[in-house]
Amino acid sequence: MSSYNLKEVMSKPERLAPGHRMCAGCGATIGVRAVLRALHEGDHAVIGNATGCLEVSTYMYPYTAWEDSYIHNAFENAGATLSGVETAYRALKKRGKLPEDVNFKFITFGGDGGTYDIGFQSLSGAMERGHDMVYVCYDNGAYMNTGIQRSSATPMYADTTTTPVGSKSNGKMQNRKDLASIIADHDVPYVAQTTFTNDFKDLHMKAEKAIYTEGACFLNIMTPCPRGWRYETADIMKICKLAVDTCYWPMFEVDHGKWRLTYEPKKKLPIEDFLREQGRFKHLFKPENEDLLVQFQAEVDRRWEDLQYKCAREH
Amino acid sequence: MARKDRMSGNEAVAYAIKQINPDVMPAFPITPSTEIPQMVSNYIANGQMDTEFIPVESEHSSMSATIGAEAAGARSLTATSSAGLALMWEELLLAASNRMPCALALVNRTLSGPININCDHSDGMGARDTGWIQIYAESNQEVYDNFIQAYPIAEDPRVHLPIMICQDGFITSHAVMNIELLEDGEVKDFVGEYEPEEFLLNPGKPIAVGPYSVSNYAMEARKNQEEALERSKEVILEVAKKYEALSGRKYGLFEEYRTEDADYIMVIIGSAAGTAKQAVDDLREQGKKVGVIKLRVFRPFPADELAEALKNCKAVAIMDRTESYNGNGGPLGSEITAGLFRNKVMIEAVNYIYGLAGRDFTVTDVYDIFAELQDAIENGTKVEQFKYIGLRK
Repeated sequence: MSSYNLKEVMSKPERLAPGHRMCAGCGATIGVRAVLRALHEGDHAVIGNATGCLEVSTYMYPYTAWEDSYIHNAFENAGATLSGVETAYRALKKRGKLPEDVNFKFITFGGDGGTYDIGFQSLSGAMERGHDMVYVCYDNGAYMNTGIQRSSATPMYADTTTTPVGSKSNGKMQNRKDLASIIADHDVPYVAQTTFTNDFKDLHMKAEKAIYTEGACFLNIMTPCPRGWRYETADIMKICKLAVDTCYWPMFEVDHGKWRLTYEPKKKLPIEDFLREQGRFKHLFKPENEDLLVQFQAEVDRRWEDLQYKCAREH
Repeated sequence: MARKDRMSGNEAVAYAIKQINPDVMPAFPITPSTEIPQMVSNYIANGQMDTEFIPVESEHSSMSATIGAEAAGARSLTATSSAGLALMWEELLLAASNRMPCALALVNRTLSGPININCDHSDGMGARDTGWIQIYAESNQEVYDNFIQAYPIAEDPRVHLPIMICQDGFITSHAVMNIELLEDGEVKDFVGEYEPEEFLLNPGKPIAVGPYSVSNYAMEARKNQEEALERSKEVILEVAKKYEALSGRKYGLFEEYRTEDADYIMVIIGSAAGTAKQAVDDLREQGKKVGVIKLRVFRPFPADELAEALKNCKAVAIMDRTESYNGNGGPLGSEITAGLFRNKVMIEAVNYIYGLAGRDFTVTDVYDIFAELQDAIENGTKVEQFKYIGLRK
């Protein structure tokens, strides 16, 4: 992979044009633009998209923000839809119906609802069949488009509109699904989990690897949602930093079966540091809920140890 | 030139697909359509065709991938039955509204429940308002011929809509009949190359498919789609004419069998038309003036043409091989009577439900129906306007 220079990368032409209607400070568009910057200039792309905030705000007839060919089909089938597009590419190439020197890449974006939940089967099928595509989950941990309902990506104890905190409820009762591991168990060539770091290098390198590794690849990007998480919009980079430094959101990759941490905090911060910034976890800081914080920390530690074990096992 | 063979309906469709050699076929197994993707896979495995086959993990994904492939610029199709079509329902609407001229080989099987694998039209009829063109067949020959005509209809710039080629599960899909096949070259010339005007993989000319559409625009999109479906009627007839010149076999929106002077006509869809024709021949020998209209094109619905064809008879038996659960009749019953009323053709019309979930439909049933119509007209006997035939006593 090529060497990384933030200034150079940021000066590439945008492939998601401004003027779309996503919220100010939305993590999803930051993630999408970062992924698209990893496309090599001259390469064409077809972008797939599950129904969600991103779709309804970037392609509102008669305007599109997408510079590349783009297809939205429905909520639960972004994996299958792009399977069809990618297969068509192979069929048309084989039959000489496309110029030989033309190179297309296939990238589909889905939120966590469209990926972890309703689109899970379609994603699993596309990954198992090994289509030459990248599925990018922009994970903001709830159904934000419909108004912050819990998904299987929502962390435990989060206050959402279908797991509201109340006199008899402490928010969501279940732990979040570990989708990156599940897709890694599909034995696909490349899986990575990332989020926004100051220089965006981690995301960029992983996106480039995913796009230019042959076969079905998967990226899980934590893309905070200021509305759903209830933090100060301008603090997005701080939130991401705390997510990785508390090991709530570890950054790793699974490259042809080899697990590797791409970032290890020098000092692992307590989970409270990540949770305190977000309104959805406000109730955890009531004195009577101290045990909930202990449980949250225990789950973060368990997953972090498990991940370290997987990564160590390979060396 | 044409050659004769013996084939089941599924074999005939798979053979047509081999001759067309489309670009992409995603499919998922479901009885009784499973043989079609199986046979296509075999043709591919043995180098007799080179379509890219996608063994998807569900029918929802088979239609989703068909839409993706078609939008990308590839001639695409899938095959299914029953619950498979029901699972695709959302995607059927999207294929039509995104104006994808893809094809679907539907082998009609009843919908659950109770679960049952045999023929009725509840699957196809359940999808009747999804915006697809629907063409039904009486025989293996017809489903073959209809499939060869599918893409020239769907891909016509006046139409640009998906097309469903339907046949009766097991009755034609698995029964072997003599059939006349076109030569590969004839099919290739007839179907032609797919040259979409706009497609995802057009280098340097990107497009966007599947927008969010606000109320200012969505209604016009629906109207455009509706007009395309109406226009498809003339295209279906043009393609049928060209096909007749090639094959010698004549097709229209429906077939009229011994109806010229008929007092009593049965309107029916699919393989049961063969039974009805046999009964009509028998009754004609007894001097009864009876006939059959076999509906081939259900969508777009030829309401005015049917009213015209029925206007001189005294009574019509409208045969539905599905229950609509509306307390008022089957889909064919509702639509034909609406068409008769709109055309001010005020004849006796009785809507019969028959053959559900593979229940046999016999010539005796047809005799009974015509006798009932005759009794109603000649003796003024009141007949229930919506009734089942062939129930266990």
